[in-house]
Amino acid sequence: MIGQVFSWLTDSAHWTDTPIDTGIATQLLAHIRFSLIAVGIAAAIALPLGLLIGHTRRATFLVAGANALRSLPSVGLLVLLTVLIAPHFYGRTDIGYVIPTEIVLVLLAVPPILSNTYAGVDNVSPAVTDAAKGMGMTERQILFGVELPCSLPLIFSGLRSATLQVIATATIASFVPLGGLGRFIYDGLQQQDYPQMISGGVLVAALAMAADLLLALIQRSVVSRGLSGRFSRAVVVTSTSERTEVEAG
Amino acid sequence: MTSMTSTSSSPWHFFGYFLDHRSQDLSWLWTHAWLSVVPVIIGLLIALPLGWLSRRYGWLYPPMVSITGLLYTIPSIALFVLVPPLLGLSSLNPVQVPIALTVYSVALLVRVVADGLASVPDEVNQAATAIGYGGVRRLFAVELPIAVPVIAAGLRVATVSNVSMVAIAGTIGMSNLGQLFQLGKDLSTPTAYYPPIVLGIVLCVLLALVLDGLIILLTRVLTPWRRAVPSR
Amino acid sequence: MIRFESATKQYPDGTLAVDALDLVAPSGQITVLVGPSGCGKTTSLRMINRMIDATSGRILLDDQDVASVDPARLRRGIGYVIQHAGLFPHRTIIDNIASVPLMLGRSKKEARAGAMELLERVGLDPRFAQRYPAQLSGGQQQRVGVARALAADPPVMLMDEPFSAVDPVVREQLQDEFLRLQSDLGKTIVFVTHDIDEAIKLGDQVAVLRVGGRLAQMATPAELLSNPVDDFVANFVGRDRGYRALGFESVTALPLESEPTVSLDSSFTAAEKAAVDGWVLVLDGERRPQGWLAVADGPSATGDTISTATLRRGGTVAERDGTYRAVLDAALSSPTGRGVIVGPDGTFAGTINASRVVALIEARAEAPR
Repeated sequence: MIGQVFSWLTDSAHWTDTPIDTGIATQLLAHIRFSLIAVGIAAAIALPLGLLIGHTRRATFLVAGANALRSLPSVGLLVLLTVLIAPHFYGRTDIGYVIPTEIVLVLLAVPPILSNTYAGVDNVSPAVTDAAKGMGMTERQILFGVELPCSLPLIFSGLRSATLQVIATATIASFVPLGGLGRFIYDGLQQQDYPQMISGGVLVAALAMAADLLLALIQRSVVSRGLSGRFSRAVVVTSTSERTEVEAG
Repeated sequence: MTSMTSTSSSPWHFFGYFLDHRSQDLSWLWTHAWLSVVPVIIGLLIALPLGWLSRRYGWLYPPMVSITGLLYTIPSIALFVLVPPLLGLSSLNPVQVPIALTVYSVALLVRVVADGLASVPDEVNQAATAIGYGGVRRLFAVELPIAVPVIAAGLRVATVSNVSMVAIAGTIGMSNLGQLFQLGKDLSTPTAYYPPIVLGIVLCVLLALVLDGLIILLTRVLTPWRRAVPSR
Repeated sequence: MIRFESATKQYPDGTLAVDALDLVAPSGQITVLVGPSGCGKTTSLRMINRMIDATSGRILLDDQDVASVDPARLRRGIGYVIQHAGLFPHRTIIDNIASVPLMLGRSKKEARAGAMELLERVGLDPRFAQRYPAQLSGGQQQRVGVARALAADPPVMLMDEPFSAVDPVVREQLQDEFLRLQSDLGKTIVFVTHDIDEAIKLGDQVAVLRVGGRLAQMATPAELLSNPVDDFVANFVGRDRGYRALGFESVTALPLESEPTVSLDSSFTAAEKAAVDGWVLVLDGERRPQGWLAVADGPSATGDTISTATLRRGGTVAERDGTYRAVLDAALSSPTGRGVIVGPDGTFAGTINASRVVALIEARAEAPR
């Protein structure tokens, strides 16, 4: 079976579009597009909201409320919204499926980003914010100069977990039916073409890992080494005898 | 006011729909509950020794966390379809879903167990050793009870997300509440038919809430000292 | 100069944190606010830079009501040091120190150059510049905290228990260095602590506050020890205050006894001959006291030389113009009862016994002061 999957994936005919079938490349791009839109919208909502709630310590119930969303079954919600919305759109457009899919994906991505952003700001040591205020920083400077950079590790872990969930769930968009890598899974299932179905699974897993890796790399370059604990040795150290001391410190 | 008949397609008719298809729905609910709970329990049993090991031998922790983190990046539906070829099973096999969910539970819980054991204060461990608790006895008599709150928090996440993932397995033909969504979708052409969809959502949310509540309750029973009010 | 004019802080629930405080912190001096928890000392401090606003009364900074100044601008002109330093974990040490100068619009280059200078001034190796706070010990972080507060060269510094989170040995070091720094800089400092010993050590004047935010006594450390206004202050200042007060008064014209001494390379026979009541003081080549030799202990095992192994080194040594406390302690701690007194250069000056020191102290107490 593994050999069949491998040859299905490496068959160049499966990568390009034909009049009957949409190829891997197109579905991959569609999958990335759905996911990017959803994570983008969710971040645009949850990041500022989380920063604000964390900074002011007001309306914290919103965080708990968003977390309660997590117990909603995403497939069920997707089917419900599709049945509700899709009939309002006619013709050759798939917008009637895109809207419910994006709503479900955004609902899925908001809780982790919101709660992690809030927790990140909330976790900043009170001594640090007190010192920032005491040296004459304005609320704005404290939020963007201290609290935001200090929360980045947690914000990124929220973004990464949101992205993983969105990519995973975008797969079931094909169930309603919409493009994306899930197409191969559901088509493969229907046609009992198991190499195709499993290839779909492999492609989604690979996309998820690639996205996570990409975010991890961005995180590395954005988060201060003072927070991540990856202290530079080369910058400070001039001789080997001092190296151990720096590492120990 | 329209009269409610069993053929009404109103979303609010889900309860009537449930009554009409009670035995089928209950059997789906029952499988759904089992599929949500059993993998978490098996996962915990596997994660306990792994978590303990990676706590005991510090060098094991980073690779353990990386590997389990990597497993967690695999989307659930992908894992569902990947399990049979990897294990040499037939392509639609009833055990593929519980196996995949167990993998997720292990992936989540190894880290939780290790972090939970790390949450036991050092002085408590040293005191336990000093009064004569050895390795395994100390683990069960001292460390695990103290780690219960952290582990329970991980169990709640694992269980609630399992409920949602089991429903996804329903869309690839597995027999559980996810079938209600498949059914609702199929019955909604050409006109919308809401009852099975709404019923599925309601039952899934209820199941998640009940299981979550059970874990909270169990945690409270297991950690009576956390309910004690500090004396003044 | 900082002046509190019946400054009051009352919380909405009616609690009085600071009750009509009148107090002056003179320019160029260290004013310590001390008291038990709940006495409003931190609240009083935080009212100066408007981290907390007074509900009534005024606080004047060089005759300007702080309430009339924009809080952020006010704070940029006042150094602020707190208990856990509160360094920015995401910025390097050098950038932490340069924070305020950068906010005040100085160039990055200028701010960093100033920060490097301060780093050395607070006793840290320049190699620390590119490190992050997490790489530093608590005591080192606290030094950076002080450097950061000094960076814009503010005339006023507010310090809220800056040394209480570090261990006693490091705390003592930090206190000594802080006093040395202040003798160079002459800042107007308001310092909050719950530790009366720290207050007495550091303060030019000490304000003791009682629970409920009322000023119990404002005095110099010596005055506080010798003349507490009431039981509360007396209890708070603690035991041994008569003895501790002697630490604030220098002796004058100490009547010293001459004392026969021998040097380290003398023979035991010579030492035995010089000894008085079986004891002789041993000096090194530069006439600095090394310890007492008991004749009864005998010569060293190798021959007729002094056994340095048996030298009694337990006694303290006081300077001739040191405090009464140091002189008395030298006498009390000496195995011979004869306290060893040295000159400013550390060379031996003479001895004095406890009863003569006590007589001096008594004579000083009778004289009108």
